[in-house]
Amino acid sequence: MRAPTEAPPATALPRLLALSPAAAPGLAAHLERWGPPPPGGPGLIGEVERAGLRGRGGAAFPTALKMRAVAARGAGRAVVVGNGVEREPVSFKDKALLASAPHLVLDGLVLAAEAVGASEAVLCIDRGAPDALRGVATALTERSRHMPDPVPVRVAPAPGAYVAGEESALVHWLNGGPAKPTYVPPRPFERGVGRRPTLVDNVETLAHVALIARFGAEWFRALGTPADPGSCLLSIGGDVTRPGVYEAPYGAGLADLIGMAGPSQAPQAVLVGGYSGAWVPVGAVSSLRFDSESLAGVEAGVGCAAISVLGAGRCGLMETARAVRWMAGQSAGQCGPCANGLPALAEAFDQLVRGGHGSRAERRVAELAQVVAGRGACHHPDGVIRMATSAIRVFAAEVAHHRELGPCGGHPGALTVPAGRPVWR
Amino acid sequence: MSRRLAVDPIACDAHGICAELLPELIRLDEWGYPIVDARPVPPHLEGLARRAVAACPTLALKLRSAQA
Repeated sequence: MRAPTEAPPATALPRLLALSPAAAPGLAAHLERWGPPPPGGPGLIGEVERAGLRGRGGAAFPTALKMRAVAARGAGRAVVVGNGVEREPVSFKDKALLASAPHLVLDGLVLAAEAVGASEAVLCIDRGAPDALRGVATALTERSRHMPDPVPVRVAPAPGAYVAGEESALVHWLNGGPAKPTYVPPRPFERGVGRRPTLVDNVETLAHVALIARFGAEWFRALGTPADPGSCLLSIGGDVTRPGVYEAPYGAGLADLIGMAGPSQAPQAVLVGGYSGAWVPVGAVSSLRFDSESLAGVEAGVGCAAISVLGAGRCGLMETARAVRWMAGQSAGQCGPCANGLPALAEAFDQLVRGGHGSRAERRVAELAQVVAGRGACHHPDGVIRMATSAIRVFAAEVAHHRELGPCGGHPGALTVPAGRPVWR
Repeated sequence: MSRRLAVDPIACDAHGICAELLPELIRLDEWGYPIVDARPVPPHLEGLARRAVAACPTLALKLRSAQA
């Protein structure tokens, strides 16, 4: 066996993405770049804790806390689920990672399974992501031949619905139900797949675990900020000339990140965190860094690390109205406040766009936000409300314009609104 | 030990009985779903709270031990 690969310079980027677009995602190239994964075991949890790794699926929960909770309850029988069910319309980094670095994700999945004492690992991938599914299938075939994993791994192509990637929904589906959230507690770490303690981690989180296991916490923390250590994958899109997945350290200037993707002339605003994120006014962008502390100052967060640019000639209210309507259609329909409140919120936003004298639609938006927030079994309604209320705040001048003069003539399309109904099984 | 009311929003079918029995702590939204006061239930309302929990046709209303 070859000696472990020397750690690459800790501040070098990219860490997760391929070194060049033409780089092969195969096992040989993976081992050439990173070396074989180290022996697994419970010691990894402490290293992940020292690394300060936070989940990359949107909630930014400390990964080591989840690992420890599962390890304490389920040693020998726990299940680890890699969550690659990325259904946020403006996020595509998980699909790209699975297609371009499947072995890094699989290393992390297996190492996490060994760390918490799991006897089984499942990698859930959006059924509508053929490149990701193909990349992982090829990678698993290579591994079974040349580097058998100590924990059995299976792939589960998950159905297409926004909330299907919520962890209780994913567990519900893996247990044979629809991919709809369940009322918690019990949370998956207590009772998950097959009623066993279950660790659900985003696939990018697992890829970072694979590197922390190899090179350690200190190496990992050499990039990023004390509160948000490491690098992160960003989906940058909307009105930019080079939309795509980029990798940057947390704490990078928001303007620099947008600059990488080639922003349009005179952008008006930026949506950070996708359809459960928040609009940020363009005037604030130059003073903001992409980390939770800086973004909290404008009532935003890193979320799923999607950055969507609203260019000139667009209407932020119309874009938001379209996204809210789509998100309302993605409700699992299980909870009254969400099933009724989100369509009402979408109606209020349509009214806001139509405008006209006497329209007080923004008051209706505020009222619905207050009544509906926090009353779903999952945080789907809370995310929509965060985006909707940020639009009222950031596009206050447009709200007044629409109220007095009606629609502004902006043409829609900065934000993607996929066709089709949610699929639950 | 103090307890708090909670609703399982998936189980709740908006029968509204809870709000009739315990208007001091539960009101209904415009669609008939309960909005419960999340603060600890005051001792003089504990009996009524237990009745409301028992009366819920879908067992959606719960009394939980308040977490510290």
